[in-house]
Amino acid sequence: MIPELAHFALILALGLAALMAAVPLVGVANDNILWMRASRSLAVGFFVFIALAFACLAYSFLIDDFSVKYVAQNSNTLLPDRYKFSAVWGGHEGSLLLWILILATWTLLVATFSRNLPLDMLARVLSVMGMIAVGFLLFMLLTSNPFDRLLPNVPTEGSDLNPLLQDFGLIIHPPMLYMGYVGFSVAFAFAIAALMSGRLDSAWARWSRPWTNTAWAFLTVGIGLGSWWAYYELGWGGWWFWDPVENASLMPWLVGTALIHSLAATEKRGVFKSWTILLAIIAFSLSLLGTFLVRSGVLTSVHAFANDPERGVFILGFLLFVVGGSLTLYALRAPVVKSVVKFNWLSRESFLLANNVLLMIVMATVLLGTLYPLFADALGWGKISVGPPYFNFFFVPLMGLLCVLIAVAPMVNWKRSKAQDLMKQLWLPLGLAISTAVIFPWLYHEDYKWTAGVAVLISVWLIAGNKMDLWYRLRHAKTPLQGLLKLTPSYYGMLLAHIGMGLCALAACLATIYSDQRDLRMEPGKSVDIGGYRFELREISRLAGPNYMADEGLIDVYKNGELEAQLRPQKRRYKSGGNIMTEAAIDPGLFRDLYVALGEPLNNGAWSVRVHFKPFVRLIWLGVIMMALGGILAVSDKRYRKRKTAEQKASVALGDTNATV
Amino acid sequence: MQRFKLFIPLIIFVILALFFWKGLSLDPSAMPSALIDDPVPNFELPTVKDESTLVTQDVFKGQVSLLNVWATWCISCRVEHPYLNKLSGEGVAIYGVNYKDDTIAAQKWLQEFHDPYQLSVVDADGRLGIDLGVFGAPETYLIDQRGVIRYKHVGVVDERVWSKILKPLYDSLQ
Repeated sequence: MIPELAHFALILALGLAALMAAVPLVGVANDNILWMRASRSLAVGFFVFIALAFACLAYSFLIDDFSVKYVAQNSNTLLPDRYKFSAVWGGHEGSLLLWILILATWTLLVATFSRNLPLDMLARVLSVMGMIAVGFLLFMLLTSNPFDRLLPNVPTEGSDLNPLLQDFGLIIHPPMLYMGYVGFSVAFAFAIAALMSGRLDSAWARWSRPWTNTAWAFLTVGIGLGSWWAYYELGWGGWWFWDPVENASLMPWLVGTALIHSLAATEKRGVFKSWTILLAIIAFSLSLLGTFLVRSGVLTSVHAFANDPERGVFILGFLLFVVGGSLTLYALRAPVVKSVVKFNWLSRESFLLANNVLLMIVMATVLLGTLYPLFADALGWGKISVGPPYFNFFFVPLMGLLCVLIAVAPMVNWKRSKAQDLMKQLWLPLGLAISTAVIFPWLYHEDYKWTAGVAVLISVWLIAGNKMDLWYRLRHAKTPLQGLLKLTPSYYGMLLAHIGMGLCALAACLATIYSDQRDLRMEPGKSVDIGGYRFELREISRLAGPNYMADEGLIDVYKNGELEAQLRPQKRRYKSGGNIMTEAAIDPGLFRDLYVALGEPLNNGAWSVRVHFKPFVRLIWLGVIMMALGGILAVSDKRYRKRKTAEQKASVALGDTNATV
Repeated sequence: MQRFKLFIPLIIFVILALFFWKGLSLDPSAMPSALIDDPVPNFELPTVKDESTLVTQDVFKGQVSLLNVWATWCISCRVEHPYLNKLSGEGVAIYGVNYKDDTIAAQKWLQEFHDPYQLSVVDADGRLGIDLGVFGAPETYLIDQRGVIRYKHVGVVDERVWSKILKPLYDSLQ
């Protein structure tokens, strides 16, 4: 009964979404306020019915209703309750429902928090979101209904959730990632609404900035969580694999990053208007493309969902409608008039442009690398896989260049800056960067690694440059505290995100350069020395989990003769399906991780054991968290909540050097 | 002219969409039928564990077996590996072709993850791979008692692939 109720709720939600797509637009065309206002109530109704369907699916999982096919495929009576809940989005159908629930949430938020948006604008935005919702709901109802039943032969036991997904990281990773992906639909809807209305002033940029920042912050967290999960769960010790699915999330992030910067230029200076609109379209298109790639079976990936060409055709059709339609609208309606605003090459505008160009080039290389196997196959050149060497070759130097520019960009004024003024601020960070680049690799490791030197040079330059900028802004304040209080949250957000970026880059490089990994044969009682640590295997014991059996090793780690950590890596065998999983044991630290994974049992009670010494790897995710917090902090800025009159006043004060990006 | 420039993104997208359309009808793990029902190509190669003795295509004669193309650089192979271990534990004869790989790394891999193969031949330059029509790792061929290729699967062999596709064929060849 419950699943049918949920199915019915989905159909009702489809009806409401269709109304939400049509009614407000008709209202705008006829200047009918009542019809435009209907969009708000429709958004609420849409959310309520989707939430109801989602709750029903979660309920079916919790009570082990294996008559529902999707539950039978992804759950099991032995599964702990928290994983029964996260199993809701463990497969294709349920994760699609999560996608739509998050779309409904964003729609509801837009309807609720856009009180000071002109009604016709809100009506258009919600209508665009309604169209997206109709597409996804049709996709779900026609090809991937999570409420299909297995009747009359109800299985007595489900086939269990993929053990890789039975993990805390996977409970929160998809919701975060989807919040980001789907969040770009808001920026997209604003861009389309602006194109439809023909009102491409800086106001639309102001409206969509907080939404875009929020979505970007969620996407940042989502990608970071995915990488963290891969690191501790896959047992290979890597944290990024250039897998098509990872790339599918990275590309919208790159464009989203370009978008939040370009929006700043459009809002503050009225430049790059068409370009910003295009970026908003591309960011969301890449989110949809990710969905297509992952769910259609066009590319092979470790993460791929069950493939189904019928689904692929549907998503491709939807992609054609959304992306093709919006790009056509863009081509016809985007303003071609050159902005009258002039700017010097040494100006904030130029630096933002450089940021955008670099990020788009990086995105294009990632896109090419990801799709190349598909191109090669379609053109009959054979099946080719593009590996990490290609991606690293382009990604690392381009992002390095971007990092070099980040140090300078916040110091540069809008319109133009004087080179001498910049030099005054930059010599100190430069000196600091050069000296740390010389000293650090020399102190840290017996061999001087020049790659580490370059990484330190660029990252310290970036971080110190941003700190310098903060200090420079405080120079006229009576007391530093007064100066600190005067700066806006969006300035702090930018500062935090930029420093996070520097930290992330630094940690990623150093973790790659200084990692040490050994594959060893270990017997109980034996020990080995790696990276200044002594690892001693005490024993290997058997234990039983709720739905698996495991061999667990107990490894004592000593440093200078003192016990530093006890690690318990496991090798699990899941009862249903017989899957074998490696659970690595990690002793985390800010500056180093000790990572131990059990391999295979060898003869005489010995085991093969993989031991990693991973310096600085935690700082990668700390940097990611700082970036995301920076994005959220920028949104908290009061000026986004001011009434319209105040907005206009603010946009007059353009020359203000404290104006932030 | 200015307006024309704005169509560039649309044009790029349409070209991409054409590829996606083509891609849908191409199965990335589809089997080219060229070698189906042909004998395994001739080769004479050393094995990963013993580089001094050479083996030939004759090892495939006399039993129904799987030929699995793998490499240590291939992430999907690592995903597939535990399942091959399970199959070999159930008595399925699996022969490996260590494709374009570093033999030392391959030896380590087999030590570490358990060796499901009867033997793995070293195809360092990918010559056997060319004869077999290998596009990438992993690929798995089903070979009958006379050493003739009967089926080719591109991509990871897992429970679903084995029970739905390979096992029925495997059983029918016995």
